[in-house]
Amino acid sequence: MKQLPANFIIGAVLVAFVVGVAALSLIWTPHDPTDLNIRAKFGAPSHVNWLGTDQLGRDLVSQLMAAARNSMTVALVAVLLGGSIGVALGLLASAIGGWVEDIVMRLADLGFAFPALLFAIMLAAVFGPSLTNAVLAIAFINIPIFARVARASGNQIWTREYVLAARAAGMNKFTITLDHILPNIAAAVIVQATIEFAVAILAEAALSYLGLGAQPPASSWGRMLSEAQTLMYLAPELAIYPGLCIVTAVLGFGLLGDGLRDMTDPRLARAR
Amino acid sequence: MHIQKSIQFTAFALAFGLSVTTAAAADLVIGMQQEPTSLDPTSDATASIDGMMTQNVYESLTIVSENGEVQPNLATSWEVSEDGLTYTFALTDAAQFHDGTAFDAQDVIFSFNRAMAEDSVNPSKGIFKPIDSVTALDARTVQIKLKNKDAFFLFNMGQGDSAIVASETVDTNNAKPVGTGPFKFDSWTRGDRLTLVKNPDHRDAAMVALDKVTYRFISDPAAATAAMMAEELDAFPGFPAPELLEQFEADPRFRVNLGSTEGEVILAMNNAKPPFDNIEVRRAISTAINRDEIIDGAMYGKATPIGSFYPPHGKAYVDLTDAYPTDTAKAKEMFEAAGVVGTTMTLRVPPFPYATRSAEIIQAQLSDAGIDAKVENVEWGFWIDEIYKKQNYDMTIIAHTSPNDMGNFARGPKYFYGYDDPKMTALWEEISTEVDADKRDMLLKEGQKYLSDQAVHGFLFQLPLLGVFRNEVQGYWSSAPVLYTPLKGVSKN
Repeated sequence: MKQLPANFIIGAVLVAFVVGVAALSLIWTPHDPTDLNIRAKFGAPSHVNWLGTDQLGRDLVSQLMAAARNSMTVALVAVLLGGSIGVALGLLASAIGGWVEDIVMRLADLGFAFPALLFAIMLAAVFGPSLTNAVLAIAFINIPIFARVARASGNQIWTREYVLAARAAGMNKFTITLDHILPNIAAAVIVQATIEFAVAILAEAALSYLGLGAQPPASSWGRMLSEAQTLMYLAPELAIYPGLCIVTAVLGFGLLGDGLRDMTDPRLARAR
Repeated sequence: MHIQKSIQFTAFALAFGLSVTTAAAADLVIGMQQEPTSLDPTSDATASIDGMMTQNVYESLTIVSENGEVQPNLATSWEVSEDGLTYTFALTDAAQFHDGTAFDAQDVIFSFNRAMAEDSVNPSKGIFKPIDSVTALDARTVQIKLKNKDAFFLFNMGQGDSAIVASETVDTNNAKPVGTGPFKFDSWTRGDRLTLVKNPDHRDAAMVALDKVTYRFISDPAAATAAMMAEELDAFPGFPAPELLEQFEADPRFRVNLGSTEGEVILAMNNAKPPFDNIEVRRAISTAINRDEIIDGAMYGKATPIGSFYPPHGKAYVDLTDAYPTDTAKAKEMFEAAGVVGTTMTLRVPPFPYATRSAEIIQAQLSDAGIDAKVENVEWGFWIDEIYKKQNYDMTIIAHTSPNDMGNFARGPKYFYGYDDPKMTALWEEISTEVDADKRDMLLKEGQKYLSDQAVHGFLFQLPLLGVFRNEVQGYWSSAPVLYTPLKGVSKN
C-alpha cells in the first residue's frame, strides 16, 4: 500500500475525535448537560466547568459533548436511511433499465430539485418540529443522491465480462445484483456516504438553528448557536465553541470522504 | 446597451433621490416583534394589532392617557345618570372615516351591536356584557344603558375592542383597516412591514407631527439589534431581548426605557384537562417553579415577580409571591400523592423570547420535581388557533397585556384557561359593578388571594416594557396602561 493521502489522515483524526467524544458522552459527561444553575451563568472557564457555563449556567463542555452525540446520531440515521433507500432504488433502476430506470431517475431529479429545508418546514408544519422530522428531511434529500451514485456505478458493472458471463450462465438479475453489483459499487457508496455525513451534520445544525430540529432541552450545536446569537456582545465564546465543533465535524468527514475517494479511484491512483 | 445602462442609472438616481426625500424627519420607523394575522382589534386578541391600530387608525369613544386617565375622544363629553346606569355621550362633529363616509351615532350603534351580538368574535366580549342598550338620541348623541354598574366602563370604551368601525368597511378591516383616526392605513407587506400615513382631514391634524409611520416586523432579537444599530429603525418600543439593552444604554445615540406594562406573564394550565383539574397538581407546579431563577435567566433580572393576576404597580396590588415558596422536594411529594410523577406534560410556547426562555427554565424545574415536561415551540398563528381558540394544550406561557383583565377568570370553561369556578365568577361580577374605588380595591385584593390560593396558573412575572429609542424620537409613552401608544403625540426632530 502506498502512503495514505494527507486529507485522509487529517479527516480520520478529526472524525475519530468527534465520534470519540460523542461516544464518550453516552457514558460520561463532566456534568449533566441539562442541569441549570442560573446563579452561575456566564461562568468563566474553571477546573469545574472547563469551558465555563452558558446563559443558564449549564456546563458548556457537557453540552457540546451531548450535542456531538445528537449530531452524529442524526447524521448516521439519516444517511443510513436515505442511503439504503437510494442505493436500493439505484440498483433497481440499473438492473431493470427501461422505463423503470427512467421513472426512478426522473423522481430522483425531482427529489434533487426539492430543498431539504422546505421539506423540513413542511414536516414541521404538519407534525410539529422535532428531531425525528429533521432526520426524515435529511434522509429524504439523501435518497436521490445515492440513487444516482448506485445507478451510475451499477450501469458500469453491468457491462463487465464476469457479469455478462453470469447472465449467460442463467443467473437472475436479483442474484447478480447482490453477488456482483453491490460489492463492486460499495466503495463508491461508502465515499459518498462519508461526504453526505458531513452534509447531514451541517443540515442538522441548520435545522436546529431554525428551531426545526432538536427541541429543548436536547443539546444541539445549531440550537446553541441560535441561542448565542443575541449574546455575541456579552459572551462571544457561546457562539464560537459550537461553531468550531460544527467546522471540525464537517471538515473531518469532508476530508475523510475526499481521502477515501482518492484512495479508491483508480484514475487518481495512477496519476499519483 | 449603453442606452439601457443610462436608463438604469437614471432610474437608480431617481430612486435614490426619492428615498432621500421620503426619509424626511417626519417619517418614523418602528420595530415590532409580533406581526398580527389581522388588523381588526375588534375581532382578534393579538396585542400588536392594538399597538399599531388603536387610536391611530381606529378611534373609540374615549381614550386612555399615559397615566391611565380616561379622556374624551370621539365622544367630546359625557354625562352619567344618578344611578350610574345611563351614559349619554356627545359625539364630535368633526370626524369622518378614511373612506370619506361621515361618522355619526349610527356608526357607534353599529359597532356596539356588532360587539354585543350573540355570534360576536370580539376578543373581549365580556366588557360589553353590562350593556343593555345603545340608542341614538340624535345624530350626535348616543345613550348607553347598562344592566348593572360598571366600574371599568369608560376605561373599556377607550380600548381597541370598542373601536368604532363603519358598517361599509367592517368586513375588510382585517386586511384594509378603515377608521376615523389621525393616521390612515397605507400598505401591509406581510412578513415585512406595515405603513400608516397622516390623515390630513383629521380634526387634530395640526397637532400630528409625523407624516408617515412604518412598522417593521422583526421577531429575531439579534436582527432587531442590528437594525437599531444601523439606524434603520427609530424606535423599538417592545424590545424582546433584555440582555442586549446594555449596549444601547452605553450608546449616546439611543435612549433606553424601562417601564411597566399591564402584562402578567403566566404559566397557563388547561384547568379543564386532567391532571390540571386537580388543584393539588396545580399547587405542586406552583411549588416546583422558582420565579427568581426564571426572571434572572429569562429576563436578565429585568422584571418584577407576581404571585397572582394583578400588576405590581396597581393600587390594589397584594404581594403573594410567597404563597408557594419554591420547594422541589415538597413539589415532588405533591406530584407523587397526585399520581402524576413520570407523566409527560407538554408546554406549548409562542415565539416570544420571554416565553421560550422561561419555558426552558420551567422545563428543568419541573423535571427536578419528577415531571417530564416537553417543550414545543409553536408559531403565533398556531398558538392563537390551537391553544387560544381550541384549548388544545396542557400548559403554555403567555403575557396577558390587557388592563383590568382579572375577568379572564370569569370567562367560563370555553376560555382557554378551561377554568370554571362560580365563586370567581361571582367575585368578578362584584368587582366590575363596584363603582366605589376603595371597596373595589378591597375586592380586587380578595380576587388576587383567591386566584393564588386556587393556583389556577403558575404566576411568573410582570412583563417589563423595554424600549429602545433614538434620541430624536420624543413623546413615546414610557409605561403602558393600555395596549397602545397614540402616535398623535409622537414626534421626531
